[in-house]
Amino acid sequence: MRLLIVDDSNIIRRHIQREIGEGNHEIRMAADGVEALKVFDEFHPEIVTMDITMPNMDGLSCVEAILRRNADTRILVISALADRGTAVEAVKRGATGFLLKPFTSETLATEISELFID
Amino acid sequence: MITKNNEAPAMREDDLKIFVRGTEHFFKQVTKIPAEVSMPFIKESTDHVMNDFSAVIGISGKHRGCVYYTAPREMIGELMGHFGETDRSDELLMDCVGEIANTISGNAREHLGPGFMISVPVVIRGRAEDVRFPKDAPAFVIPITWNGYRSSLILCLKSGDREMPKFDLGSLED
Repeated sequence: MRLLIVDDSNIIRRHIQREIGEGNHEIRMAADGVEALKVFDEFHPEIVTMDITMPNMDGLSCVEAILRRNADTRILVISALADRGTAVEAVKRGATGFLLKPFTSETLATEISELFID
Repeated sequence: MITKNNEAPAMREDDLKIFVRGTEHFFKQVTKIPAEVSMPFIKESTDHVMNDFSAVIGISGKHRGCVYYTAPREMIGELMGHFGETDRSDELLMDCVGEIANTISGNAREHLGPGFMISVPVVIRGRAEDVRFPKDAPAFVIPITWNGYRSSLILCLKSGDREMPKFDLGSLED
């Protein structure tokens, strides 16, 4: 599997990368929506984890842009924005799931494994 | 009643509780070690609360102002270990303090709604005692003790669309 991790926090990108494990997967990372689209176009990931509040291009706009490129991409939005409307909006724009920060390793592992199963 | 010059503070007691609970939740969730939150107070110009690393989140929408989180280097370094991080470079320490401020601020939207709009964090390295707080709202300092370390969440927020009632900090405890 090819995975793209998008978050403006390097700590979070590295954390998610460790949790997923490099084992059988190829992982790339991006720090904002604009960089994510560049990486997406050359890397063609099947799975994306996407933060929302980022500089240059926010995560929800990036979800839409990615799905216009490939509607089969599975996208897990991972954000601290805890209002119900944000999670609903993420799914409306095509995200496969929504994970609220701060998350435990166990919850992240569960959400990621569901992306692999879908 | 802890108000300066009889000014009506910009936040409701319930608003402050949202951030207290959000802070407790963050530390419990990430580290499984509970944080102890002490009685908030209004920062005076002589209070030195800034620490080695500080992050500022700009707030717009229904509230205006800033949320600050400031912590000592050793504490952030230890916290990073709970993210599985072994690198203790300043770059990652700054990143971590920004992520804490971002997460606590973003979580507040569960109660404050989508009108509580947050910016990406700006991070300051070094004891930024000369950082300027918005003048049109009091700065509430929430002292946080975690694993023996002291840090602070500072809320300097003004409500954009509602009357601002007086605020009794003494009634904050449940």
